[in-house]
Amino acid sequence: MSISPVAVLWVGAAALLLVGLYGLLVVRNLFQIIIAVQLLGKAVVLALVLAGRTSGQINLGQSLAATVIVADTIVTVIGLSFVIQIKRRMGTVDVKELATLKG
Amino acid sequence: MWINTLLVIAFILSGLQAFHVRRLLSAVLWLAVTSALIATTLYRAGAPEIAAMELSVGAGLVTVMFVFSIAIAGEEAMEARTLISPALAWLLIVAAAVLLALPILPIEPLETAASEVPFSTMLWEERGLDVLVQVGLIFTGVLGILGLLTEPAVERKRETAVDEKTAAKPVPGFGIPAFQPVAGRQDAGAPILEERI
Repeated sequence: MSISPVAVLWVGAAALLLVGLYGLLVVRNLFQIIIAVQLLGKAVVLALVLAGRTSGQINLGQSLAATVIVADTIVTVIGLSFVIQIKRRMGTVDVKELATLKG
Repeated sequence: MWINTLLVIAFILSGLQAFHVRRLLSAVLWLAVTSALIATTLYRAGAPEIAAMELSVGAGLVTVMFVFSIAIAGEEAMEARTLISPALAWLLIVAAAVLLALPILPIEPLETAASEVPFSTMLWEERGLDVLVQVGLIFTGVLGILGLLTEPAVERKRETAVDEKTAAKPVPGFGIPAFQPVAGRQDAGAPILEERI
């Protein structure tokens, strides 16, 4: 049984999505949580391009992927500004410590 | 096919490595490596425009933003302990993988006779609303960067209040600042006051 090159890339996109999910579940640092969200976004970009290629509309997939890249970057920038403000006000970026803060 | 397989293995390993290193800067660099590998994969998948965008934005701009933010916030030591146990995390990942695989496997090309539109026409004409949304998002991102650079209002108010308290008040009629002893140094301003008188 031979696997087509596109199927390998599909498996890679799904695996990258799962890696991002693993990161979201495991890490405690807010910066690393944003890294996990970035990985999820990259998996979606790859999946969109592959979906476009599989359906014979690669340029539609590319156009949608461009929108996702812009949205993902903006989410990252806003997230980073939140993390900096949290660090300035609370003194930590550890979600476990932030969850136990009172006041 | 082998190159694709190697690329897939490489970006999965580098993505995992971003969560296992102990330094934030190393994690960000691993993210940049993942981004570059995905850009290569996108190019090989027949999407050169998005590959260039991913390489410049994902591996370039985002990495710079991360390094800049870490420089501002400071790199604190990351805890070795995880939010949930790794065994439970892997169990959830396997469950998610099964749920993901059930509807999409086997992957077969769709039998569609799509008319291929050039990328520029697709982006600027057929998906024009998406471009407008992107402009709005970029504006939001600029506001986000401003939020990243500005000082918190509370700290600014505190600093202003401290400045006003410590500032010398003029004596009516003379225009000479009144003497205000510094806390803990009662005699510190006395010679200056004598000189002024």
